[in-house]
Amino acid sequence: MTSGRGRRSYFPRAGRRTFGKNHPGAWSIISTMAAIATSPLDQIDAKLAERLLAAALEGGADYADLYFEYAAGAHFGFEDGQVKSVGKGVTLGLGVRVLKGDSTGYAYTEELAEDRMLEAARTAGRIAAAGGGAGPVALTRVSGLDLYKINEAPWDRPGAEKVEMLRQADRAARAYDPRIVRVEVGWGESLKDVLVVTSDGKIARDFQPMIRFTVGAVAEEGGQRQTGRSAGAARRGMELFRIEGQSPSEHGTEAARLAIAMLKAEDAPAGPMEVVLGPGESGILLHEAVGHGLEADFNRKKTSNYTDMIGQSVASPLVTVVDDGTLMNARGSINVDDEGNPGRRNVLIENGKLVAYMQDRISSKHFGTQASGNGRRESFRHEPLPRMTNTLMMAGQDEPGDIIRSVKKGIYAKHFSGGQVNISNGDFVFSLTESYLIEDGKLTAPLKGVNLIGNGPDVLRKVVMVGNDFQLSPGTWTCGKDGQSVPVGIGNPTMKISEITVGGTKAQ
Amino acid sequence: MSTNKRLPEAAACQRAAEQMLSYALEAGADGVEVMVRDGAELEVRLRLGEPELIKEAGSRALGLRVIKDQRPAVTYTSDFTEEGLRRLARESVELASLAEPDPFALLPAREVMARTVPDLDLWDDEVPNLTVELALEWTKRGEAAAQARDKRITNSDGASFSRVVGATAFATSAGFSGGYRGTYVSLVVQPLADDEGGKKRNGSWWTGGRFVSALETPESVGQTAADRTLAQLGSQKVATCEVPVIFAPEAGRSLMGKLAGVTSGGAVWRKSTYLADREGTEVASPLIHIVDDPLIPRAPGSRPFDGEGLASRPNVIVDGGILRTFLCDTYAARKLNRVSTGSAGRGIGGSAHVTTSNLILRAGSTPKAKLEQLPEAFYVTHLMGFGFNAVTGDFSQGASGFWIKNGERAFPVSEVTISSSFDNLWKNVDALGDDLDARSSVQVPTIRVSHMMIAGR
Repeated sequence: MTSGRGRRSYFPRAGRRTFGKNHPGAWSIISTMAAIATSPLDQIDAKLAERLLAAALEGGADYADLYFEYAAGAHFGFEDGQVKSVGKGVTLGLGVRVLKGDSTGYAYTEELAEDRMLEAARTAGRIAAAGGGAGPVALTRVSGLDLYKINEAPWDRPGAEKVEMLRQADRAARAYDPRIVRVEVGWGESLKDVLVVTSDGKIARDFQPMIRFTVGAVAEEGGQRQTGRSAGAARRGMELFRIEGQSPSEHGTEAARLAIAMLKAEDAPAGPMEVVLGPGESGILLHEAVGHGLEADFNRKKTSNYTDMIGQSVASPLVTVVDDGTLMNARGSINVDDEGNPGRRNVLIENGKLVAYMQDRISSKHFGTQASGNGRRESFRHEPLPRMTNTLMMAGQDEPGDIIRSVKKGIYAKHFSGGQVNISNGDFVFSLTESYLIEDGKLTAPLKGVNLIGNGPDVLRKVVMVGNDFQLSPGTWTCGKDGQSVPVGIGNPTMKISEITVGGTKAQ
Repeated sequence: MSTNKRLPEAAACQRAAEQMLSYALEAGADGVEVMVRDGAELEVRLRLGEPELIKEAGSRALGLRVIKDQRPAVTYTSDFTEEGLRRLARESVELASLAEPDPFALLPAREVMARTVPDLDLWDDEVPNLTVELALEWTKRGEAAAQARDKRITNSDGASFSRVVGATAFATSAGFSGGYRGTYVSLVVQPLADDEGGKKRNGSWWTGGRFVSALETPESVGQTAADRTLAQLGSQKVATCEVPVIFAPEAGRSLMGKLAGVTSGGAVWRKSTYLADREGTEVASPLIHIVDDPLIPRAPGSRPFDGEGLASRPNVIVDGGILRTFLCDTYAARKLNRVSTGSAGRGIGGSAHVTTSNLILRAGSTPKAKLEQLPEAFYVTHLMGFGFNAVTGDFSQGASGFWIKNGERAFPVSEVTISSSFDNLWKNVDALGDDLDARSSVQVPTIRVSHMMIAGR
């Protein structure tokens, strides 16, 4: 223990200063900070952690870690011109993970009474056969990053101010066009206090904020309806809404614009075509086409189509893909991961060559490499897995306008709702919510929602132009794996794929 | 290793729910709903004969909805101390003041509440007694059967066992309090085979049910999983074309899930379904009969009362292709000026919303093999992606399965999409198999659609 020596030593609250102070008043009852100001994790001292780790290891396991979590969140829902729902919740618990070789024992408790925590530790520890295990060593604080600088903490602001922002978005959407018949606006804020203590001596504490603003609009004309959505999410404070494109009224206008534009949408073509992917949200292609396949667990188990391919060419030389957990204030960024390692920027593919996988503890031991800051989990109820943070494709040389002009007949993809991949063979789909036909180098008709389907390595070899206009998507992206959801970021420049299958209804 | 000592008790949950109800009324709420869930889970994953994960835990949580002056608020906690519950009650009532008055946000009328809690036989005493050792043995046997099936099975994504035992209780100031318990156990096996060009093929198979006696043997699960994996070796992309499409129940379930979404009363009043104005009209082929039935003994989706304390009842959604009703909870029903169909579901962290229980597409009379008697067709075993717009009914999804030529399965297909409007998809159903798959809470037979657009090469 760093400063045990017979007295209680608490785990320091790094980063607390970034959250401002809590103001009393009506809002404090729904203030996440009010809850965090007296976090029960402050009561966890080093001696207690040591006792829990000892209990987890008494069966003879190799390693154990404790993941304490105290999360508070609040939300508003606004529809039909009114605040329709308000809610809040608090989650508290401890997850104990014990490793013996590649095997994981896991247990959790929602009660932080010592007997309950010891029971969870022993339950998880049963993974190991009996025998003397390594005891915990001296704990050292991991200095994480400081990526969530917040100027104006949302939990310090009155509810009325947030309600006014919901109204602004609603008004902007309705003012955009009289054919907008319905608007829904959502607000979410959360703060997660995390304490990780590992039997190999690491302590990490992190306070992870998130703010989310979403607008959905429905347009109606002649019995036809269409929807549009605009959303922003980041580890930021109220200053998020002063960024261009992120104000409540801009989100309202954008959702309405999309819904109205889609009223004129035509049936999309079916079959292989040239496709230009717009900047920002098209990063979902990387997330699905290569991201998941480069998570180390699948490669350790040899179940990914990228197994044993480090050093080999897996994409066009124009393609450089990075998973970067260190972008300031980004949704997918982490000061420390959920195994107590600092967030990192990891180059996955460099000029088409596969450089590295994203690691968690089990996999990094297997590959004999160091932790890459990708060990993440949804909550104390879940074991860590190798996960993406912000997965990005680096900018290239081409002017975006030139890329579009180079296409005689094809598709321009602008907005996406999501994607999915089969890790084993690399087949993926992603779903377009806003796209246009390109004819003779110009965007023409808007197209109805359509899927693109391809194979990861195949499509990445067909990247033939890459723009100089990298954008990080400001959206509310969430990645699911093995039933666990974590917030992630995506980003890319404009890029052209020489051929990908477009899943429309119109034969060409 | 022992199993969890403490079993979830419906009566204990109900006491906690009633306690919270009285605290919230004392705190000044006009209307109160409390949901309490207590559960214990065991998850065991094994891969290549070695345990990969053993996860065991119990979990208890309480969700509260209060209404004060027509203003609702929802909150949740896992802190069951008296002090914690009383504080949540006070904070929730204060929180409601931030909402705006919503005349539709009322509790259901007293006279529609459930009077009894029918015993639907949802609890199997055997399930909580399934030990870690047994789970390891089942997963080992399932995986081994898959690996032994064929030498082309070269790897494994493992085998997983899961058992959940839980109690749910609900108490409302509208005049109902009740609780029930349930069990569920499942086993899944996922083998891998190497295909040409460095691709791998993964198939899987699973068995599951509320009763241990309903499960397939681990060996049978493993063998089916291996056969499904091997069947995909040599998958090809086909040329873009329009052909009949046959959906195996594995794929058909996701079609039914989408249909449930667009026939939900919540989507109707939000104008977010293409079926909003179509009640009483033809929305599917005359072959289609769909019912949501929460009262089937031992079924995975059964519930003795709904998420607002209303009596559960079967609802016919589509009858001979005609849309008979939208499923409604109390809020959607008030918005649509009708009565609830008893279809409210509720999670711990939110308000009631429309959910299905056991959603069943009635089987047809065509033997499955006969459905494939076509000169050319695409038999879909797996759908991928998010390509469905509920508002417009545009449907475009990734698909894999088999190509059928002259009534035979000619070769496996992957990396194509199938597209249609969802409306046309259901109207163009020209045959239903006699093979209802009753393992899950969405039950479908094999479904054949006369034509859809396939986008491929």
